[in-house]
Amino acid sequence: MGEFKVHRVRFFDYMPSAIRAMAYNSRTERLAVARADGSVEIFNFSDNYFQEKVIPGRDGRAVEALCWVGQRLFSAGLNGEITEYDLENLKPQYVIEAYGGPIWTISCNNQGTHLAVGCEDGTVKLFEILKEKIQFQRNLDRQKNRIISLSWHPSGAQIAAGMMDMIRIFDTETGRATHRLLVERGIGASRSREVVVWSVAFLSDNTIISGDSAGKVQIWDGLMGTLVRTHLVTKWDVLALAVSQDESSFIAGTSQGTVVQFQFLSSTVDRQDRDHEWVSTRTFKNHSHDVRALALTDTAVVSGGMDTQLVVHPLLDKVEKYTHEAAQRKIAFPHRSLVGCAKKAGLLLFQFPDHLELWRLGESDGNGKPGDSLTVKRKPEKLLQLKRKGDDHICCSALSPCGGWLVYSTVSSVRLYKLQHNNNNVSVNKISKLPKELRSVHQLCFSADSSKLFAASSQSSVVVVSLNQLECKYVQTLRHKSDSRQPIHLLYPSEDGKWLAAANTDCQIHVYNLHKMKLHCSVPVYSSCPTAVAIHPATNNLISVHADQQIFEFSLQQKEYTEWSRKLQKQGLHGLWLKRDTPVTSVGFNPKNPTHIVLNDTFMLCIIDQSLPLPESSTILYNQMTLRSLPAPERTRQSHAFKICKNFQHLLSVSLLDDLSLVVVERPLLDVMSQLPPPIRQKKFAT
Amino acid sequence: MAALYEGYTLCGLVPDQNLSSSGIQGIEEERDGDHVVVTDSARSVTLYKVSDQKLLGSWTVKQGQTLTCSAVFNSQTKEYMAVSDNKVIRIWKEEDIQLDKAFKATVSSDIWMVHCVHGGEPVVLFKRGAVRLLDSLLAAPQQPIEEVLNQEENIRWSTTIVAETQQFVIFTTEQKGDHFLHLQRLNPNTLQRYRLEREEPGVSPLSFSASYRDKHIHLLYLYPNGHVYQSVVSVQLLVVEEGAQALPLPRSLLLGLPVGNGLLEAASAMVLDEAHVAVVGVPHPSAGAGKDFLCIWNTNFQTLQAGKEMAGKIYGQLWSFSNKLFIPHGKILSIIPFECPKSSLASALGKLRQAKTEECKAPASVPSWNNILHGEKAQPSRTVETRKTRTTRKTQSTPSLTIDQVLDLIKMAPVEEVQKEVEGFLSRADLQDLQPSVGQLASTLVSRSLNDPAFYSPSTLAQLVHTQCLCHSVCPDLVLLALEKKDYFLCQLCLQFFPDIPEAVTCACLKAFISVPDVDAEKARLEPDSISFMETLISRECGQVDLQNGFSPTSCEEDCSEDVRGHQTRTEAKKKTSAPPEQICPVGLHKAVLLNEILQTAHSDSFLLPHLKDLSSQHVVLFLQYLQFLYLKYSQDDSLQMHGCRSPSLAQVMDWVCLLLDAHFTVLVMTPEAKGLLLNLHSFVRSQVRLVSELGKIEFSLQELKKMKVKKDVGQYSIEVIELF
Repeated sequence: MGEFKVHRVRFFDYMPSAIRAMAYNSRTERLAVARADGSVEIFNFSDNYFQEKVIPGRDGRAVEALCWVGQRLFSAGLNGEITEYDLENLKPQYVIEAYGGPIWTISCNNQGTHLAVGCEDGTVKLFEILKEKIQFQRNLDRQKNRIISLSWHPSGAQIAAGMMDMIRIFDTETGRATHRLLVERGIGASRSREVVVWSVAFLSDNTIISGDSAGKVQIWDGLMGTLVRTHLVTKWDVLALAVSQDESSFIAGTSQGTVVQFQFLSSTVDRQDRDHEWVSTRTFKNHSHDVRALALTDTAVVSGGMDTQLVVHPLLDKVEKYTHEAAQRKIAFPHRSLVGCAKKAGLLLFQFPDHLELWRLGESDGNGKPGDSLTVKRKPEKLLQLKRKGDDHICCSALSPCGGWLVYSTVSSVRLYKLQHNNNNVSVNKISKLPKELRSVHQLCFSADSSKLFAASSQSSVVVVSLNQLECKYVQTLRHKSDSRQPIHLLYPSEDGKWLAAANTDCQIHVYNLHKMKLHCSVPVYSSCPTAVAIHPATNNLISVHADQQIFEFSLQQKEYTEWSRKLQKQGLHGLWLKRDTPVTSVGFNPKNPTHIVLNDTFMLCIIDQSLPLPESSTILYNQMTLRSLPAPERTRQSHAFKICKNFQHLLSVSLLDDLSLVVVERPLLDVMSQLPPPIRQKKFAT
Repeated sequence: MAALYEGYTLCGLVPDQNLSSSGIQGIEEERDGDHVVVTDSARSVTLYKVSDQKLLGSWTVKQGQTLTCSAVFNSQTKEYMAVSDNKVIRIWKEEDIQLDKAFKATVSSDIWMVHCVHGGEPVVLFKRGAVRLLDSLLAAPQQPIEEVLNQEENIRWSTTIVAETQQFVIFTTEQKGDHFLHLQRLNPNTLQRYRLEREEPGVSPLSFSASYRDKHIHLLYLYPNGHVYQSVVSVQLLVVEEGAQALPLPRSLLLGLPVGNGLLEAASAMVLDEAHVAVVGVPHPSAGAGKDFLCIWNTNFQTLQAGKEMAGKIYGQLWSFSNKLFIPHGKILSIIPFECPKSSLASALGKLRQAKTEECKAPASVPSWNNILHGEKAQPSRTVETRKTRTTRKTQSTPSLTIDQVLDLIKMAPVEEVQKEVEGFLSRADLQDLQPSVGQLASTLVSRSLNDPAFYSPSTLAQLVHTQCLCHSVCPDLVLLALEKKDYFLCQLCLQFFPDIPEAVTCACLKAFISVPDVDAEKARLEPDSISFMETLISRECGQVDLQNGFSPTSCEEDCSEDVRGHQTRTEAKKKTSAPPEQICPVGLHKAVLLNEILQTAHSDSFLLPHLKDLSSQHVVLFLQYLQFLYLKYSQDDSLQMHGCRSPSLAQVMDWVCLLLDAHFTVLVMTPEAKGLLLNLHSFVRSQVRLVSELGKIEFSLQELKKMKVKKDVGQYSIEVIELF
């Protein structure tokens, strides 16, 4: 098959941001996750937990709480603002000041008519949800202390509010506080400190559950205002609670990194109805740091916190064993590439929320035999560090294949730069006048000859801009005919400059003819969202890989799936291939060998040789080690199309340069972990 | 382990303005250890009852007069003596109220100190070094007093000691930075002068403490750099020519105390017993630089045994009477009861369970060993008598006996009662604070048994050993007593529980065990666990031969007989015949159990070897046969070693084989019946050598495997070549 020279890059210091809040929409099966940098991510739980959308953050916008209202997503933060997001254009739709100081929590009633926010000044503010906006309705009785957590009774008639040292129950009709539940402080030294009720949940049987900074999960009777039961689950804080849809179980997240599950069970086996009580049943330890946010879906515990990973831990009593669903998932890296690569120039572009880094790859002496590490003749070099302008974080960026253009975008603006390389110096010129169509952009890419810039814009449209020496000119906006308005998350121009493929989160892939500047065809919609698309340089076949790990090859000429794709579908992919839990994030081709397709996910790099037989379910998928030990003739007999290399782990990007060397960008999780703040110190065996 | 108990306050102090001195001139023992006379630095003498913290009397000299030395009590005449204004000796009785009306005598020279110890006569030491007995001085108060010391030589410290019949006054002097020790013997009067070795220039001793033991006076002195030296002076009369130069006094460094930064200022070291020194005013080694600590150090092991922080300033004064330390600190005089039990290496190293010393326990109930064993013999036996009648009446209602009562009981009572009482005492007492008493009980029991051949209480001793609070050094005669009484069970227990049995004793046990007839051994009741282990070992099917540890006895035999016949036929033949002689245990079951116990004791080869040479050649051969038997059994089935926790390991068996061969090789070579045994042992060695060489062969491969495992450290950037197939 062949040897590859691999540039193994580990100097991309990508650091994910801590998870702050989470909201699960059980109807659409979408999970919204807010991070400490203010960005919000939407995961589609019905489609292999694919990260569909990312709304970039903004300096000074710390999201403290998230809330779904139907399909609408609201957030509130310590800057005192309530934000509704535009999920089609991936940006805040509007921002409303609540005038109550920092907002700690936001909660919507079951009816979807009102939002309640808890403010620093001790007020609970009710907002009426209107069609296009929300409107302040009134304040509930003002309290002396800040409101940390809120929960509506399912009937909508009452609200429980967690505060310092107490929980208040409000009547939403009158706005009066009806009960005051005093929460006991911690013992010992913490007795002098106020206890913070970090989280409350109000169940339909008038039970109130609270989690507080003294490490207690408490069950209250909301009618009588009495404490029913106290569970001490940790020595530190209980930061988050989440209740299942049917109210039969709830989970509590602690700053110890554990998630404790409670279930409503009868204490005696025989009696059915009465005697049910909340029993602590399971403890999950999937985090090294604080668990700040939790969601409890029908089948899984979803947790996230300071250690930046989103963990989906299936409840084994709710899922069938040995299915795909039963595996635990840890989502540590974004499902899109933050690395741009100029294949001709050998440059790498790293995208950070607040800056871009441009690196030139190193060079090595001569050749070596497989397994060798070559001596590095020239070290990689950071050519440029470009700080973004404004408060909005960078949402996408691109580097032209020749290395001469650089573009990035925030939710509010696009900036294009011309790069000039003379010897070792790089001069950067900002292109001042950009066409006004280039404004709200969520994906960018250059054509193969670097003469055009494509930008995914609002309503699933693609703006085409032509570039020459020092200016850029708007050419056209490409639109498809379907009524989907979902954002485009993937763009891929063909090598010959004729085609452009654009995939959106409605799972559609549209192919435009760039010569005619119009839609060429739409690939039949597959049920799972494409995670990577590419057009073959020689055959002009479109390869698409989807979140459920399926691979399709679509001929643009014939406008139909190719023979190989049909064969693959007929035979089915190997079970182990389907079991992988990270999506393929890039597809590339080998210019020297048209039958090779290069793919990668976080844990492997794969070259598919279309000329070889597909692996059957009984063959070994990961067979590289076996093949290595076999003699050459036997090797050809045993080899199959999927050549998977697992030498490199935690891959953020893989690309094949024009000189046929591979560039792999790794970000070892250990390096990420080492940059986290120290976790809560726990005594372990005489330390 | 020495312990300091919770202290209490005797009285308040009136330290002078700048806190440079405590305001106490001296503390002297009164009629007994519970009464002390405290002399303050101004005008008054106070009598206290210590245990009650009660003031019994107080005497003051007139305004304008001062007491210049601390008051002492003459227990023979029941009189108090003090000196006011350097020259006036005052003597009074307890019932005297007015000191001014009491007896006074003015002498012609300045007095440094009046000393009086129990059993000694009061002695007056003058500032210029002359010494007079008080009686002779009072006979002619104005008699001329000679000058003993040189000009510019001044007394720094003095004490008096009664050594057997001889009374000594010991004082140290300083002259231009040189320190001298004067040993004044009374009746006949001789003075010996010694020169102390110089420490660093400008450094003079902070405190002295003298004690008498083994016909020697031990002088302990502490320097500000934390060095504690000991000098030993013989009390034998030395022939000294008059006017000779001061003899150099040899010294040995007893302790190097941690001083932190800077030198010690107010500190004091005091001998408590032969192994313990109390130190005050020296930092605790693990508690920072603060110097306000009272510590007890063990000089034998150089270990800190107990420490206590004293609040307030330490004045470097320390007295000790009857297991109580008297320390002025801050504005109070505190009394800290302490205890220094006989220390053993095992307890110093923490091998034994340590008694907790948390609760304040009046040390009177746990008196020092010497008191128990030799001192308070004159205890009235009336209580014992009543006790006897009561115990015979009803055991249940017996009020708990104190340790003293039990100890007395042991000395007199018949075996049954001793058994009952000790059992009762052990069941009552908390294991935590049992340790000192168990030692006392055991040694009393052992000494009674040694003195009185009719008295022996095996079950009581076994019970004491079972508490695991005993060790050999606490009662060295126990094992030998057990051997003498042929109490093999007790021997086994001792071997099992004592961490510090000397090699000589181990060897004596071995000799006794190996020479005991099997019939006698079978009668002994032994620990069931160890017996069951031996039973399984012996009953193990000897036909089943599988390769364990690379060694098979059959193949070994083939080797040694250089047999050319096939393996198959050989083993089949073996199966038909009865078990080979090596497979039969050469000693009886109980004897084997006892020998196992020997194998498991801790020993060091070089100390054991000379004692092993005493074994007779028959015994050596028998023991070797037994070891060979064990070895064969172990090499057949290594699961045997897991069976019980008390079983000798293969390594221990091999060690003993080697030791025995080392000790007796020449004898064995000459002994015809040992020939087969030696040949067999030789074949063991050969098989082991073969195993090791085989292991050596695969070592390289294993190393390669290890190398393969090593992951290359990948830096920030590297260019690698991979190949996909």
